[in-house]
Amino acid sequence: MAKKIAVETNLNGEETIFLCEPRQTLLEALRDNLGLIGSKEGCGNGNCGACNVLLDGVLVNSCLVLAPEIEGRTVVTIEGIAEDGQLHPLQQKFLEHASLQCGICTPGFIVSAKALLDDNPSPSEYDVRLWLAGNLCRCTGYDKIVRAVLDVAEGDA
Amino acid sequence: MAASKQNGTGQLAANGQNGYKVIGTRPVRPDGVDKVTGRAVYAADVQMTGLLHGFVLRSPHAHARIRSIDTSKAEALPGVRAVATADDLPVAEDKVEDLGEGAINLKYLSDNVLAQEKALYHGHAVAGVAAVNPHIAREAAELIEIDYEVLPPVMTVDDALADNAPVLLETLRTDSMGEIGSEPTNLASFFRHQRGDLDAGFAGAHLVVDRTFRTETVHQGYIEPHAATALYSADGQITIWTSTQGSFAVRGQVCEILKIPVSRLKVVPTEIGGGFGGKINVYVEPVAVVLSKKAGYEPVKIVMSRADVLAATGPTSGSNIRVKIGVDADGKISAALAELYYEAGAYPGSPVEAAANVSLAPYAIDNLQVDGYDIIVNRPRSAAYRAPGGTNVAFAVESVVDELAEKLGMDAAEFRLLNGAKENDRRPDGLQYARIGHIETVEAIRDSEHYQTPLDGKYRGRGIASGYWNNWGGQSSATAVLNPDGSVNLSEASTDIGGSRASIAMQLAEAMDIEYEQVRARVVDTDTVSYNDVTGGSRTTFATGLAAYNLGQQLKKEMKRRLAEHWEVAPDDVGYEDGVFSAGAERLPFIEAAGLVQRDEPLMASSTVHPQDFGPGFSTQCVDIEVDPETGKITILRYTIAQDVGKAIHPSYVEGQMQGGVAQGIGWAINEEYIYDEEGHLLNASLLDYRMPTALDLPMIETIMVEVPHPAHPYGVRGVGEVNIVPPAGAVANAVYQATGVRMDKLPISPANLLEAMWAREAESAELVPGDD
Repeated sequence: MAKKIAVETNLNGEETIFLCEPRQTLLEALRDNLGLIGSKEGCGNGNCGACNVLLDGVLVNSCLVLAPEIEGRTVVTIEGIAEDGQLHPLQQKFLEHASLQCGICTPGFIVSAKALLDDNPSPSEYDVRLWLAGNLCRCTGYDKIVRAVLDVAEGDA
Repeated sequence: MAASKQNGTGQLAANGQNGYKVIGTRPVRPDGVDKVTGRAVYAADVQMTGLLHGFVLRSPHAHARIRSIDTSKAEALPGVRAVATADDLPVAEDKVEDLGEGAINLKYLSDNVLAQEKALYHGHAVAGVAAVNPHIAREAAELIEIDYEVLPPVMTVDDALADNAPVLLETLRTDSMGEIGSEPTNLASFFRHQRGDLDAGFAGAHLVVDRTFRTETVHQGYIEPHAATALYSADGQITIWTSTQGSFAVRGQVCEILKIPVSRLKVVPTEIGGGFGGKINVYVEPVAVVLSKKAGYEPVKIVMSRADVLAATGPTSGSNIRVKIGVDADGKISAALAELYYEAGAYPGSPVEAAANVSLAPYAIDNLQVDGYDIIVNRPRSAAYRAPGGTNVAFAVESVVDELAEKLGMDAAEFRLLNGAKENDRRPDGLQYARIGHIETVEAIRDSEHYQTPLDGKYRGRGIASGYWNNWGGQSSATAVLNPDGSVNLSEASTDIGGSRASIAMQLAEAMDIEYEQVRARVVDTDTVSYNDVTGGSRTTFATGLAAYNLGQQLKKEMKRRLAEHWEVAPDDVGYEDGVFSAGAERLPFIEAAGLVQRDEPLMASSTVHPQDFGPGFSTQCVDIEVDPETGKITILRYTIAQDVGKAIHPSYVEGQMQGGVAQGIGWAINEEYIYDEEGHLLNASLLDYRMPTALDLPMIETIMVEVPHPAHPYGVRGVGEVNIVPPAGAVANAVYQATGVRMDKLPISPANLLEAMWAREAESAELVPGDD
């Protein structure tokens, strides 16, 4: 077994130290070493977006990042989206619009949509569809997801 | 009936639709917050003390005899706790049983979990390893040495039925309408539905169109890979945590494969990340149980990779289909023939029987014949996929119908109205329809703003298509506990894939005349409620909803009985209206009554149902597309689906089913296919190369919920989950014809396939032109 190394990071606003094997992905470390199960593995090779997290504010597939790479950096996962006990507007609108069916892709979509709105508070429908093209959903046909994101964007404007 | 247009604006509808208080509203689902915050526990999220991680080694060959397996090097690797092969499974009997997911030969069921003598497809499981982490399990699996005798693969209908074709299953004999053949074969079964006089019908036809089609294997594409955790306890009790459409189906299959009584196995369903029919068969569950025992009664979790999901689970059948339809001069269908050749994968059981029922179901036809062939090939054992078999055959039938309408000079919607099936007409196998809403869906599309708006522009086209799905009733059981504060805990065993906890709780709330928020629905394990069929066949909101309705009636009746005792009146003298019980001058709101009636004795109810009179669903759809003549790429410009939903309990989730089915159907139509090389290796086992629709590939999907209440359900519910995927491929193909003049005879209508067809048509035209010069 490979020797474990200690990684220091800011995870969802908390200074965190954890042990991991060098070969572990960030996704695996989040789920198995840190108990944060909200990031999902749908493909393991960057095609589905179910594991998306923000790394220094940038949207990444956590399955394509090695855990030791987050040393000294800031990570926000789905568990860090709600603030002060309040659901994020995206989380609230996903519920109201019935934007989830099975829900496995939902954390990734919410993290991705947050990254979009952080960068562009007033996206068009095309902007939303283009940005979310990195997230696969097999249940909804995307209609209600896109509407929820647009609803949040309009609410913020 | 009412056709209510709802474009999915997401606004909460006003209460009080059709006199209902809860039904027709759009409340937040009970599992919603956990799912938007990442707390919901899916199969791969299960953690427990001492958890080991499993990995399944798979065949690199499509067809090979397994001469020997040497696991000694894997067992010797530090960190490995157990290795299992088919030798660790009890010998399975060569007999057919129904384990709650359709009839299956037990030997095939067991063989598919771990290959016994032969590997029958690229990705077929041959051994399992449990180790202290998933990396070591995978490394150990690579140390397993298997001596294969590679055999020639049989990949298609044509390969399988060729003279001297290699035979996959040596003991298989053709079942031809109950007559069993004598020779080894790859044709598992043949059947025929027939009525009227086919020859006379065609002889008298004014116009006949006769075409053949090919559709490729596609996968359900759920985003959550299969995963399961098993704990074989030292006392012999076994628990499985898994993502499944049917915890009782898992129990039945695992108990048969491992030859253990059901009393020793509890199946705990986790949240499920999509299924679409593909999470009914067991794959890793029995392997995890065997490994858990061999590892010294430690829990073992197996999570499939995406590549393994594509290579070894799902998919649904590729098919060769012939459709021949004749019409008289008025456009009335005089005769129809369909021949369906479906690839079952490595073991019998393609959805060809369901496909036969779907095939000509939307039309009233006096003279017809439908032939079905179930064919074995070296591909994964096919699994159910949303309206199993329907999309393939509807693509073929709706293409021929469109061509007939065009040649007759008739509007495609008018042709369907003229020939459309109604109440008392019959399905191809003879089943007679009760009240159905097929015609209403055609009218809804014909009258839609979409269909009424002209589509202009070069390389643009519009197509429509209709589809049928039978739906199912099945067995459900549920219990309800009345709490002293007036809330109700509803326990049911129907896996919730798309909001069914909400739609079932809403029916209980409606039945009891209480608020939706007073009912909390939970999906429970196999020890907690009685037998429950799978979440499949679009049956859950219908049948489990019926059980919930019954629970509400029982609780109300018992509350009235106890209040009658309390008030010292006859039970019939106790009334209940607008949430208030009354008798004479007595008045008691429901919430207070809930406490009062339980002062001496708690109150709960249980209900089991097995409704037979489920109602079929129909859908008609309209699509506008644009074809890029340089690349062959299809852009979906606009899409409208009309579907008879009976009664929409939670309209948002009904719309969601309609939109989701359309999206999958579009993927099937224009992108998705399994690509194998000549040796039978799957070449596109990733979500990059198996290309499912993204948000950028689709427009908003406009929904028209047509409500023709189903007479046999208290609220008129029809299953809504499946029929929506039946028409899209036909609708897109018909739009492609309008856009390009090409009638596609195969799926997917991928850029490559479409360009090839467009070039072939241009070449044909060019050959005709020189004569004019």
